Amino acid sequence: MSKRIEIASVSKRFGRVEALRDVSLAVEAGEVVALLGHNGAGKTTLFRIMLGFIRANGGTLSICGEIAGSAAARRAISYLPESVAFPKMLTGREVVELYATLKGAARGDAGKALEQVGLAEAADRRCGTYSKGMRQRLGLAQAIVGQPKVLLLDEPTSGLDPVSRGEFYELIAGLARSGTAVLLSSHGLSELEARAERVAILRKGRLVADGPLAALQKSAGLPTRIRVRSTAGGAADIHQRFGGRRINGASVEIACAGEEKMPVLAALHAAPEPVADIEVMPPTLDEVYRYYSLGSNVEEDRS
Amino acid sequence: MKAVLAIALTEIRIGIRNRWVLLSAAILAIFSILLVVLGSGPSGTVDAHPLTVAVASLSTLAVYLIPLIALLLSFDAVAGEVDRGTLQLVLATPIARWQVLFGKFIGHTAVLTMALMLGYGAAGMLGYALGGGEDMPLFELLLLVATSVLLGAVFVAVGYVASCSARQTGTAAALAVGIWLVTVVLYDMALLGGLLASQDGVFARLVFPWLLLFNPADAFRVYNMAIVDGSLLRTGLGAGPTGLPLEGAGVLLSPVLWCLAALGLATLAFRRVTP
Repeated sequence: MSKRIEIASVSKRFGRVEALRDVSLAVEAGEVVALLGHNGAGKTTLFRIMLGFIRANGGTLSICGEIAGSAAARRAISYLPESVAFPKMLTGREVVELYATLKGAARGDAGKALEQVGLAEAADRRCGTYSKGMRQRLGLAQAIVGQPKVLLLDEPTSGLDPVSRGEFYELIAGLARSGTAVLLSSHGLSELEARAERVAILRKGRLVADGPLAALQKSAGLPTRIRVRSTAGGAADIHQRFGGRRINGASVEIACAGEEKMPVLAALHAAPEPVADIEVMPPTLDEVYRYYSLGSNVEEDRS
Repeated sequence: MKAVLAIALTEIRIGIRNRWVLLSAAILAIFSILLVVLGSGPSGTVDAHPLTVAVASLSTLAVYLIPLIALLLSFDAVAGEVDRGTLQLVLATPIARWQVLFGKFIGHTAVLTMALMLGYGAAGMLGYALGGGEDMPLFELLLLVATSVLLGAVFVAVGYVASCSARQTGTAAALAVGIWLVTVVLYDMALLGGLLASQDGVFARLVFPWLLLFNPADAFRVYNMAIVDGSLLRTGLGAGPTGLPLEGAGVLLSPVLWCLAALGLATLAFRRVTP
C-alpha cells in the first residue's frame, strides 16, 4: 500500500470557529478522490494545511511519508488554487518554465505541459491577455509540470466550459494512470461527472462521507420518485391507492425506496385506473450530495 | 540556486516589461542632465570638468531619489503577491522562503542597477559632449553608480521588511513612504536641530558623527562628497578633513550592515507570512 496523502484526525480552529474537526482521509497512488463541500466547509483549509501554509491544531498529515509543509513534501506535491493568478507581464510559457525550475523539473517539460492543457498556441502571449478559462488551464499546466506524485486541485473546473471540463478530466485520468494521486475539490457531485473513483464530503469541518460514488448513493437511501399521469380524472383514485403527492390535476408523484420500486410499478400496471404515462426518476447526484452536505432530510425540499 | 536565479530573472523581466526600468531611468536622467547643464556654469571659472560638479550635485540628489525608487520597487514584493494570490503558488514549490526573498532581492537590485546605468549614463555622455574626454571624472561617476546601487539595495531590503510586516499592500506602501520620510528628510533635520541646540559642541564632536554614519543615506552622501572633494581639491574647490569616526570606504560599512540587517529581518518576518 502506497499512501500518497495520509490525513489522520486533523483539526483546525480559527478563533472560535472550528474549521476542521477530526478529519481523516487517505489517497493512494493512482487514485482520484473528490473532496466535496459547500463554501466554508473546510476544503481549502485542508489544502492549505497540506501545503504547510497554516498549521493544524491537532492530528498528523503526511505527503508521501513526509511531514506536510516540509521541503520534501512540497517536492512531491503540486497545487492549483481556487482563484489562480499570474504576473500579467509574463507569457504563459515563462510562467510554466518558472514553476518547472522551482520544482526542479527540466525547463523543456514546460512545453509539454502547455500542450497537454491545450495552451500551446497561446503560450507566447502575456497572461494578462488570457481569459478566465485560459488562466485556469495555465494554472493546471504549472501544476502538472514535472510529473508530481500528488496533485491538489482546488475547484479546478470552475470557469471551464463543459467541453474543456471533459478534457480536464481526461488529463487527470491519464495522470492517475501513471501513478499520480489526485485530490480535487468541487462544489457538487454533478460537476464531477462521475469521474472520481472516490468521493469524500465535508460538512462544517467534519468528514461525513468517504467512499465510492455508488456506495454513497446506496447508503443515502434516497427514494426513487415515480410520477404517474392519469388520463381522465383518475388522478384522485391513484392518489387514494398509492398515496404520494398530487402535482397538478392529472399527475401524482409517488416516492418509494429503491427496492420497492418494482412492486409499485407492477401494481400501477395492474391498476384499473387509466394510467397515461409513468416517469421514473432515480435520485440525482445533486440530491445525494445535498443529503450528505446538508445533513438533514432533503425530502421536504425536493420538488 | 537555479530556483533563486529563476525568481530573480522573473523580477527583471517584470521590471523591464512594466516599464519600471525605463521610468526610473528617465527620472534619473532628467535630473542628472539638468545638473550637468547647470554645473557647466561655474566650471568655466574653476577649471573643473562640468561632470565633476554634476557628480557632487548628483550624490546629494541621489540621497532623496534612490531610496524612494528602491522602496517603490520593493514594498509590493510580498504583501502585493499575497493580495493577488500569486505567492501561494511559489510557496507550494520546494523553494525555501529565504530563497524567494533572496531571488527577489537580486532581481530588484538588478532592475535598479539598469535604471541607474541608463540614467547616469545619459549624464555621463552629456558631460563628455560638454567637457570632452580630458579630465572627465569617469572613476567618480562609476563610484557614484556603484554606491547608488548599494544605497538602493539597502532600501530594497528595507522595503521587504515593510512588505513582510504589513498585512495589506496599502499598509506596506504607507510604511514605505514613512520610512523614506524619516530616514531621508526628518533624520537630517533632527541632526541639524541637535547641532543648533547644543552650543557647547559636545553633540557635534561626540554624537553627531556617529549618528550621521548610522543613517545609510547620510553615509552614502559623506562617502561621495569625500570622493568628489578629493578630485576638486586638485582644482581648488575642496574642503578639509571630515572628522568622522570612519574614513574613506569605511563609511560604506553603514549601508552594507544595514542591507544585511534588513535582509535578515525581512527573512524573519517573511516566515510568519501566510500566503
